[in-house]
Amino acid sequence: MFDNLLPIDPEIAARIEAIDLEFNKFGIDPYGIDKHDLTRFVSAFAWIYRYYFKVHVYGLDHVPSEGRGILVGNHSGGVAIDGMMVMGSMLLDAEPPRLPHGMIDKFIHEFPGVSQIMSRMGQFTGNPDQARRLLNAERLVLAFPEGARGTAKLAKEADSLVGFGTGFMRLALETKSPIVPFGFVGGGDALPTIANLKGLGRLLGVPYVPVTKWILLVPKPTRFQLLYGKPMYFEGTGHERDEVVCEMVDQVKERIRDLIRQGRQLREKEISEEDLVL
Amino acid sequence: MKVLVTGISGMLGRLTALKLLQHGYDVIGIDRRPWPEAPEAIELFQADIRKRPAEEVFRTHRPDAAIHMATVTHLVHRSPDRMRVNLYGTRAFIHHCDAYGVKQAVFVGRHTFYGAAADSPLYHTEDEPPMSAHTFPELADLVAADLYAASSLWRYPEIATSVLRIVYTLGPSKHGTLASFLRGPNVPLIMGFDPLFQFIHEQDAAEAIVTALAHKLHGIFNVSGPSPVPLSTIVRAAGRRPLAVPASVFKLGIGRMGLPHIPPGAIDHLKYPIVVDGDPFRRATRFTYAYDERETINSFRTAR
Repeated sequence: MFDNLLPIDPEIAARIEAIDLEFNKFGIDPYGIDKHDLTRFVSAFAWIYRYYFKVHVYGLDHVPSEGRGILVGNHSGGVAIDGMMVMGSMLLDAEPPRLPHGMIDKFIHEFPGVSQIMSRMGQFTGNPDQARRLLNAERLVLAFPEGARGTAKLAKEADSLVGFGTGFMRLALETKSPIVPFGFVGGGDALPTIANLKGLGRLLGVPYVPVTKWILLVPKPTRFQLLYGKPMYFEGTGHERDEVVCEMVDQVKERIRDLIRQGRQLREKEISEEDLVL
Repeated sequence: MKVLVTGISGMLGRLTALKLLQHGYDVIGIDRRPWPEAPEAIELFQADIRKRPAEEVFRTHRPDAAIHMATVTHLVHRSPDRMRVNLYGTRAFIHHCDAYGVKQAVFVGRHTFYGAAADSPLYHTEDEPPMSAHTFPELADLVAADLYAASSLWRYPEIATSVLRIVYTLGPSKHGTLASFLRGPNVPLIMGFDPLFQFIHEQDAAEAIVTALAHKLHGIFNVSGPSPVPLSTIVRAAGRRPLAVPASVFKLGIGRMGLPHIPPGAIDHLKYPIVVDGDPFRRATRFTYAYDERETINSFRTAR
């Protein structure tokens, strides 16, 4: 896809090689991940991740290095920069690297180019059937239970949490997958949104169009704090009554709220890394 | 054991008939079209599955098993006949099987049953409903025929019926939906989309049909071959040049400017993947494909 555009970084190529994926004769894994495209794309993305932004990652050891798992965290920042940074931490910082499958909003796959890139990187429209299959194949799934309501938070509300969906919890119970909660801080600073244009969004086929302080949708270089908490294991079948599942979701939500709070304190230099309780 | 094949003169019909012979079955066939080079061992009847002469074949030859492939599948075939052939033909087939003591029936359908959309998951399972009938009316009769055939699972439980949803076939015959799409030196793709395509060598597809028969399968089964490959990769590996056309231009230019004659609903099939899970079939039959993804494309590319 990017053959003539993007150069390959040998260090990245080695990292992609180390991901636990099986490629066929054309370099494609059973879910359509293209080894060559992934290498080129991550080579370019590594610069953005390491130099344009700067992500301080804590508790990376809490993400299972193999087998199924669901990364669950808070959404903010107008567009899903947080999702990309989580991807970056798993591909560029984790040892061994892993490729999380993001459960993304349906509208993303409606767009030419974006759909093609997302397909080759293993990023699928969020769908319980898809997530269940990936978990049963021992993959890592990335979910933002706040959905588009999460990215729609304005800059001033960036550290807050809105309503969580319960789908991720039912899947975790059904597939016996650990949930790794994470908190992401700084999403409101990279792209400080002051308003969301829903009407224009409808016209363009997106949930809303965010308007930033500087009008343009260009994020400024920002430091982020990304904190992974201890994996949470829940017992059940996935067919429990709503109130039972909601109670479990609330435990995860509280954990994420706590991680965001610690991340914020770290950001304001009120505490240091040694004080973290992940 | 005597096997009747309807639609025997089609590409997959012929390959299946030859495979059946190899496996020691007695083969008879019905088709409106002739098959001039058919082996002598195969008794052919040129008839329409919906008409009396076809019923007479069931009545006098009393096959033990029957394979239904007499469906019109060409997307460009828009004659009012098509709907009737596909639905009334399937109905006649099932009725004759019941009336004349056929013990096993195989309905050969397609994996496009599930439809392509931005939010459809990879690896469809047999319990998923068809999602494309409304966006792709040209496929509606095939979807209906598939569902109709599956209804005989409960209507005639004493007949071992299997409904197979087979992925695109590809091979030296250069026949089939995917082969037609790859015909020219330049193959138009929708700009910014590159769906995974799932295909199987035509010999493997024929083998799978015979395998379904040999195992007396009862149920609905997806049949897949090697793991899926992006369409642009298939186009290149087939020695063709992919030509990315914006979707809007594609819609306007269908059938003109070197773009293929395809119904507008087919555009979704060029944007989003239809990938099926063939595991239940593999578990039930231990079927394995003989040609991998590269060998399959090569056999198509090098065929004269």
